Amino acid sequence: MLRLPPFHFHQPSTIEEALDVIAGGDPSIRLVAGGTDLWPNMKRRHQKAETVVSLMKIDELRKISEINGAGPDTGAGTGLSIGATTLLDDVVRSSEVQERFPALARATASISSPPLRNMATLGGNLCLDTRCTYYNQTEEWRRSIDYCLKEAGTVCWVAPGSSICWAHSASDSAPMLTALEARVVLRSQTGSREIPLTQLYANDGIHYLQIHPGEILTEIKIPAASGTGARGSRGARGARNGRGGIGSRGGIGGRDNCRTAFWKLRRRGSIDFAVLSVAVALWLADDGVVEKANVVLGSVASRPLEVPAAGEALTGHELDLDVIRVAALAARKAATPMDNTDFKTQWRGLMVERYTEAALCEAASIPHDRPPPPHA
Amino acid sequence: MASETARTQPKPTSRPDSRPTSERPAPVTPEPRYIGKSFRRVDGRAKVTGATLFADDLAFPRMCFMKLVRSTVPHGLIRNIDFSKAREVEGYLGSITGADTPVPFGILPVSQDEHALCPDKVRMVGDPVAAVAAVTEDAAVEAALAVEVEYQELATIASLEEALATPEPRIHDYPKEGGNVHKAVSMEFGQVEDALAGADLVLEDVFFYEGSTHLPMEQHAAVAVPEDIDRLTLYSSTQTPHYVHRALAKVLELPPSRIRVVACSNGGGFGGKSDPFNHEIAAAKMALLLGRPVKISLTREEVFYCHRGRHPVLMSMKTGFSKDGHILGQHLKTALDGGAYGSYGVASTYYTGALQTVTYKLPAYRFDGVRVFTNKAPCGPKRGHGTPQPRFGWEVQLDKAAEKLSMDPAKLRLQNLEEPGRTTANWLQIGTMGLRRCIEAVVEGSDWSTRYGNLPAGRGLGLACGSYLCGAGLPIYWNHMPQSGVQLLLDRSGSVAVYCGEAEIGQGSDSVLAAITAEVLGIELADIRLCVGDTGFTPVDLGSYSSRVTLMAGNAALEAAQRARALLAEAVCDLLEIAADHLVFADNRVFDSSDPENGMSFQEACVAAEAKFGTLSTVGSYIPPRSPGKYRGAGVGPSPTYSYTAAVIEIEVDSETGLYRPVHVWIAHDIGRSLNPVMVLGQVEGSVYMGLGEAMMEEQAYRRLPAKYSSSLVHKHPSMLEYKSPTFLDMPPVTSYLIEDPDPEGPYGAKEVGQGPLLPVMPALANAIFDAVGVRIDQVPIQPHMILRALAAKARGKAARFGPSSFPEIDFGEILHVPTPEQGGDGRSIDDYRHKLRSGMRSASGTMTTREEALEKHGKLTTD
Repeated sequence: MLRLPPFHFHQPSTIEEALDVIAGGDPSIRLVAGGTDLWPNMKRRHQKAETVVSLMKIDELRKISEINGAGPDTGAGTGLSIGATTLLDDVVRSSEVQERFPALARATASISSPPLRNMATLGGNLCLDTRCTYYNQTEEWRRSIDYCLKEAGTVCWVAPGSSICWAHSASDSAPMLTALEARVVLRSQTGSREIPLTQLYANDGIHYLQIHPGEILTEIKIPAASGTGARGSRGARGARNGRGGIGSRGGIGGRDNCRTAFWKLRRRGSIDFAVLSVAVALWLADDGVVEKANVVLGSVASRPLEVPAAGEALTGHELDLDVIRVAALAARKAATPMDNTDFKTQWRGLMVERYTEAALCEAASIPHDRPPPPHA
Repeated sequence: MASETARTQPKPTSRPDSRPTSERPAPVTPEPRYIGKSFRRVDGRAKVTGATLFADDLAFPRMCFMKLVRSTVPHGLIRNIDFSKAREVEGYLGSITGADTPVPFGILPVSQDEHALCPDKVRMVGDPVAAVAAVTEDAAVEAALAVEVEYQELATIASLEEALATPEPRIHDYPKEGGNVHKAVSMEFGQVEDALAGADLVLEDVFFYEGSTHLPMEQHAAVAVPEDIDRLTLYSSTQTPHYVHRALAKVLELPPSRIRVVACSNGGGFGGKSDPFNHEIAAAKMALLLGRPVKISLTREEVFYCHRGRHPVLMSMKTGFSKDGHILGQHLKTALDGGAYGSYGVASTYYTGALQTVTYKLPAYRFDGVRVFTNKAPCGPKRGHGTPQPRFGWEVQLDKAAEKLSMDPAKLRLQNLEEPGRTTANWLQIGTMGLRRCIEAVVEGSDWSTRYGNLPAGRGLGLACGSYLCGAGLPIYWNHMPQSGVQLLLDRSGSVAVYCGEAEIGQGSDSVLAAITAEVLGIELADIRLCVGDTGFTPVDLGSYSSRVTLMAGNAALEAAQRARALLAEAVCDLLEIAADHLVFADNRVFDSSDPENGMSFQEACVAAEAKFGTLSTVGSYIPPRSPGKYRGAGVGPSPTYSYTAAVIEIEVDSETGLYRPVHVWIAHDIGRSLNPVMVLGQVEGSVYMGLGEAMMEEQAYRRLPAKYSSSLVHKHPSMLEYKSPTFLDMPPVTSYLIEDPDPEGPYGAKEVGQGPLLPVMPALANAIFDAVGVRIDQVPIQPHMILRALAAKARGKAARFGPSSFPEIDFGEILHVPTPEQGGDGRSIDDYRHKLRSGMRSASGTMTTREEALEKHGKLTTD
């Protein structure tokens, strides 16, 4: 089988201790949480480390708690704080997440398989290395193509004339949390800063994370305004098994009037990474007019791709199929799926439109005849 | 152990019978104890508790680890191999190169084109150029990565079309004809052009069937254990220990008697472990040189390079029908992308034509086939070996014919069914034939007659059939010896040991052998010990391929057990004065059927027999019946009998995305007789699963990088995550029917089930898509974008299909004309003698000879 190369391993029990180890910003030191991304990558030798620092013994990073005032735009009510090393399975099973942010529960439940969700963490999923069929391969395989721009090579085989790497962001929690306007906390020895999640990413397959040397992502905050406030809604129950046409349908006409949906396209619903994910969050006024809409796509760019044009197409309108189709077309135009994952590229472009349409219909409770993708 | 007493206790059912033998009631055959019953597999408990030792589980004192250094270029000459950095790795023990293994090998005598380590030239990314050994696997990995190899790159060939158009550079320097064509065959049975000329409907289709791999859960592993000087045992995950034995003897240049090959339990094979492999031979060589046990465990990526999976095949199929729906004749052309080595490819080429005749009457048939070399992992036998590709085309084309003729697809098939006992146009001998009952079962199960063609838009039903061998009629190398042997050893303890060369690959062959033996001797499975797949101790069985083990090893076991029973019977009859025809072996006893009290325990019978005859051992062997075909190429296709399968798939298709989902599968398999229905069902359902994978998503696809920047040609996704194969959550419900019509050739009437049920799955899915949305997808795997493209073409008024547009012009060589049985033929070709001279022959001594040898022999004959 594939073997890990030798390396030093640290398992600090406090954040301070971890920050000490990485303080110098030495690039040969890497953080690991669940390890479901890093260990295979190190076995294939496209991520390298002389020292690996595990965050899994730091208890304070693994928790889900309610917070009041989750940032400047938090709105009234109670937001949620999720520690970076909270297991994906803990997120999926959390009653707070299921009731307040059912689409996040659903997006998280769609990640990988149950055994891996029992190891992988939410912070880890947000920091997931960008993926590409020319990159996620063994050392020997990559030798046979002279490597690629992302690691040890000079050419991006997806777009050979390109000066940047086109590896795609395959995280499912990232587009959903971006749509929910989540924020993340980054700590270093000199203090901590809180930024909107969208500012964590850059659209560059190599330098896709804007985390400074010596920083650790410690916490994810979801503002109250993105929640449904309707405890025990139907959506929450559906989200538990990650199946069926579930959006957040509670709180219509009240102050908690955010509606969300998450759709994911992939070959096999049981284990595959997304080749496309669509996360939407819509805020409706009491009269049903859209006040704000966030449409965020996964796996079609090197970062979670926000589609402002889609949001603009919806804002100020009552939700109907015509408006939704305009927004879906805008999403398709914004996306540039590349030949770096499963399925035919051109077809994936078309699916951006179809899936955005389906996700928006679901969030708007408009019946649509798109059958749900396999187990997504 | 606890049941020892219970087993040996007689079970009287009546008072002792004092009547004279002649007045007693006729003997009663006891109800079978195991045959036909869903008894628990003999290896079941060990498998589910983890007690089974696979090759990778083995450990020996002083064992070290080996890794292969594999080529990173697709085609090139090895210029230099530098081990200096590898030697610096702590734990490094040694290395070998192609200079250490100069003798070529290959599964077929006509394709000895592989080396354990490439001596001078590499033909694909993944070809082994060196092997390094170290004290730990980690160290072996680091050392292998540290080896530096320089290549002089050669132009690469990536596809069938390129191979046909590119005679130079050659990937291999054989065959004599030159170019990169490995094998070309052309044969005609009857007058196809006449048949097509007289047809009311002629359909001509081009189909493409993508390659796919076996994907066994267990990755290949081997441990070579040296014993003394120039003597060793190789433990390996192999389906064919006998053929590995032969290849080892050849490459190591040792007498076969010094080599023992043990087939460990296989974690799945599906044809992917039926060749001798370079890593097995390299490990053996390394072990002999180092004088210590050497283990190699392949990574998943390396298994993709071993491959030997489904050939990508481009097909042209031209068939004539009468307007009342009778099949008149067919011209099939197949072109196989063989990859970098011969493997079973010559046989695979013939198999793409051979079984086209066994399901429906085909009075006139022409088959042209060609296999080419490309710089990709070699293709070979995967479940169904060469037959799923033309079966896909044939069953889809029949669906099209039914549409054109406005006939029900089930009725069209039923009215053309081949008949039991008939000899086909290409001289295959049909045995029992349960296809009618199979079709009837799935038609009824799916409510076909009311639902086919009448489901709402986006829902559809598709029907298809298939047939497969119950063991290849001929061995890989020509010989007159048994294809399977079983030896039984019995002694005074009452235990029975079964020795057989077969390999358990998960299909249940161990359980079949044990059950047949137990049934004949009237004992329990727990009283039997098996020693299998061990060339040092077991009689030869050719291996677990071509669905041969139940029929062949089963018949050998039956013969051995009947002989053992006869020995015991003779001893018991002497002692107890029972007429031989009244003797019953059941319930661990041997007794008079009309006076059950009069008998003894099985163990007492063994004691009696050992006292009377000395040490007790019997043997059984099996040689298949001779096939009536005598033309060149007639060796591929014959089988003692054939299994049949029919399937209906219901599907749901979204016409806006092209995404689809099989909703239900009904499948009926003509098993002859189920020796164990649960095991049979397991094979049927497993075949549906594998077939759906091939139909929906699996692709052994290669990728060439932009020529401006790179000459690379690499496997697109050699990992289990990115090579898409369904998981059990993708599996629809399956309703299976076992059709029983005992076949006289099979043990207790059993036929095969390991491969046949796969065959109808792919075409049934394509046909279901047509019923659902009205478009034809003439290739697999069927991807959602193909459905959208076909729907778009249909909307524009063009042909409502997706698939290859044309079949290239190919020189298939001189055509072999063979009169059919109906034409009064004798199984030979018209130009038999001339053809033998042209392209090789079997000599009188019965060994396969090359073309040159044949010509030389002929020259000698004429000068003599």
